[in-house]
Amino acid sequence: MHIFDYILRNPAEVLQFTLEHLALVAIAMALAVAIGIPLGIALTRHRALHRPILGAANIIQTVPSLALFGFLIPVPLVGGIGSRTAIVALTLYALLPIIRNTYAGISGVDPAVVEAARGMGMTDRQMLWQVEMPLSLGVILAGVRVATVISVGVATIAAAIGAGGLGMYIFRGVAMVNNQVILAGAIPAALLAVLADVSLSWAERRLASR
Amino acid sequence: MTGPGDNAMKNGSGQDGVIECRGVWYRLEGDRPGAEPRGRVLLSDLSLRAERGETLVLLGRSGSGKTTTLKLINRLLEPTSGEVQVDGRRTTDWDPIRLRRRIGYVIQEVGLFPHFTIERNVGLVPQLEGWPPDRIRARVEELLRLVGLEPAEFAGRRPRELSGGQRQRVGVARALAADPPILLMDEPFGALDPVTRTELQSEFRALAARLGKTILFVTHDVREALLLGTRIALLAEGRLVAIHSPLDFLRATQPEVKEFVSALGIGEKDFIL
Repeated sequence: MHIFDYILRNPAEVLQFTLEHLALVAIAMALAVAIGIPLGIALTRHRALHRPILGAANIIQTVPSLALFGFLIPVPLVGGIGSRTAIVALTLYALLPIIRNTYAGISGVDPAVVEAARGMGMTDRQMLWQVEMPLSLGVILAGVRVATVISVGVATIAAAIGAGGLGMYIFRGVAMVNNQVILAGAIPAALLAVLADVSLSWAERRLASR
Repeated sequence: MTGPGDNAMKNGSGQDGVIECRGVWYRLEGDRPGAEPRGRVLLSDLSLRAERGETLVLLGRSGSGKTTTLKLINRLLEPTSGEVQVDGRRTTDWDPIRLRRRIGYVIQEVGLFPHFTIERNVGLVPQLEGWPPDRIRARVEELLRLVGLEPAEFAGRRPRELSGGQRQRVGVARALAADPPILLMDEPFGALDPVTRTELQSEFRALAARLGKTILFVTHDVREALLLGTRIALLAEGRLVAIHSPLDFLRATQPEVKEFVSALGIGEKDFIL
């Protein structure tokens, strides 16, 4: 068995695809966090938003990932061939766990603590930053972790719409019926997913134990 | 900014520390469309007045409207009709944040911030009010001593490292932090074991006499009401049944009052008298 042969013979290319992959995931996650956490907070403030926002995020989640990439190609501004479309798709995919966990985390803060905070004259903003966010950070981070791990996997499909990344090897290997090439994409992708999971769980535990 | 002790001095209207409810109704809003337009009535035509420096106990069974009354005072709720006045001013005319910072609030579940140290918990309102850090520290130490907790030992701890009784002491200290003229206490000792409860009750009684604050104290425990109240207001089904001093309460003839008095053990009544 020489499963690492291809990787060892092409270290520069493997590294390049890995970095591309990482960039796709990192940018998409940054966007998803920037959109998802405020949306999740908004849900806790306005119950009327609950159905439309979680509904939309749920529907996006049910679209098969390959189809989502495909659907986005003809869309103006965000669409087209390349990494921009892939990032939009990954961001949309990552939203649901982040929104849901932000909402669950804040709603799950001990009602006695919230009542005491309000009764003591905290403004809404003070409540959010000094009480609700610190106390729900662990749960929110768990959502970010789940979304990141999913994204690392889904990002392999980005190669299908010309966005590069480790999916390049997987699609190439499938076309060539060459397992070594497939593994050159799959192994680094799996490692990235494990790494993201381990490091974010570590951060989660640190925050939870405070 | 108000410092410890100067609340009484800047009193202009003579209404500082006075709480008054005038013909207050509170009903839950029907949240379902098609539900009855008028929700359940929690308070009907409640009028009462707490004078500065007194401890007025709101006594009643669960669901009698005691907690609702407290929440109307610090404007966690607003009356459906009628008005609630604090310091001679309608709560709806107050900025709710300013109003709440003038009112200490203690609840049964305490609601300490689990991610803050005891010191930060107690110093929260002064911090929100922008006191300088050394003044906050001094105030926190003073308060922890006041409630019988040694600052050196407790200031740096987290709430989960404390017993229930200690937590409730911290809750009281936190409510007193910015020296508010008014304290609202919602069954603060209800979740404690009987020994700790008795201990805190008698300490609190001494503290209340010393502090000279207007205290509204909610309880369903008639013993606690008799021990702590300068007056006792009995609520039943959202209505005020009677207001009496503890002595008059024991002698009162209203059937609702008698029911509560009869909950006392044999001889206990004479013991209190």
